[in-house]
Amino acid sequence: MNITGHDLIMACSAIGAGLAVIAGIGPGIGQGIAAGHGAAAVGRNPGAKGDIMSTMLLGQAVAETTGLYGLVIALLLLFVKPLG
Amino acid sequence: MSNAILMESGGSDIDFMIHGLFPVNFFGNEVWITTSHVCILIVMLLMLTLAVVGHFKMKRATEVPDGLQNLLELLVEKLDGIVYSTMGKIAAPKYANYILTIFVFIFFSNISGLFGLRPPTADYGTTLALGLITFSLIHIAQFKNLPLKQIWKDMCSPLPPWLPIWFPINLISEIAVPISLSLRLFANVLSGTVIMALVYGLLGKLALIWPAALHVYLDLFSGAIQTYVFCMLTMTYISQNYEME
Repeated sequence: MNITGHDLIMACSAIGAGLAVIAGIGPGIGQGIAAGHGAAAVGRNPGAKGDIMSTMLLGQAVAETTGLYGLVIALLLLFVKPLG
Repeated sequence: MSNAILMESGGSDIDFMIHGLFPVNFFGNEVWITTSHVCILIVMLLMLTLAVVGHFKMKRATEVPDGLQNLLELLVEKLDGIVYSTMGKIAAPKYANYILTIFVFIFFSNISGLFGLRPPTADYGTTLALGLITFSLIHIAQFKNLPLKQIWKDMCSPLPPWLPIWFPINLISEIAVPISLSLRLFANVLSGTVIMALVYGLLGKLALIWPAALHVYLDLFSGAIQTYVFCMLTMTYISQNYEME
């Protein structure tokens, strides 16, 4: 079995894509913290549930961005194949 | 071996890329008309139909609203409420129309995956255009409302204005706004499209009724949240340049 340079690049791109989506850990932790604090805030002040919900969702969606950058890198490596 | 079974059940029709339909000659360059263009046209026709039908419906508006009138009044009232509470009384009347337009456009685009189209917002061209519109609006509002001295002071912000060491860093953070806005929307919608294509492509005949639950989460919920976030961030960025009372 001959491994050409192109095959090696493809294999390393797949590994790199897998490594890139590890970026999902950070937003997971961040969104969990935001949801936890949101739940605590609703427990303290149930009247402000609507405001807390919208603020929490906004913050979570912004925190999600860093994870999505990792996803974009992974998809680029797998499907656009910038290296080979 | 398990890999072979997986491949046989679904075949190789995992498909979520943008397809070129036919090329056109644009000032000597070959430009492809892609599925994104067609989907944007469909979304646009839908919006135009809604606008025209809504216009004639609101001309014959009744005291007790029914059907479409109910929907339109709800939409405009809710959106106006959000815009006024976020932007304040001065800036809100200028931007309420724009926010409603991009809200309806992004929402229809995001949920068009439900109807078998490829969502136009899963094409970076579309979202980058939306991000650049927001970027221009931010800076037009900035130059119209703030004096040049104030803008320069803001750009050198943590240090005094005569020592512009932080100017390049603030410049980069200004340029990052449209990029992060557009990439957030793009990547969210694209991830939903990719997951749905993988489910349908790999599982083949096994994907019968249960992917509906995935559609509800990935197309409806995620699409609605991202629409809300895009409009909310646009409003926040623009209203930074207005005085809130």
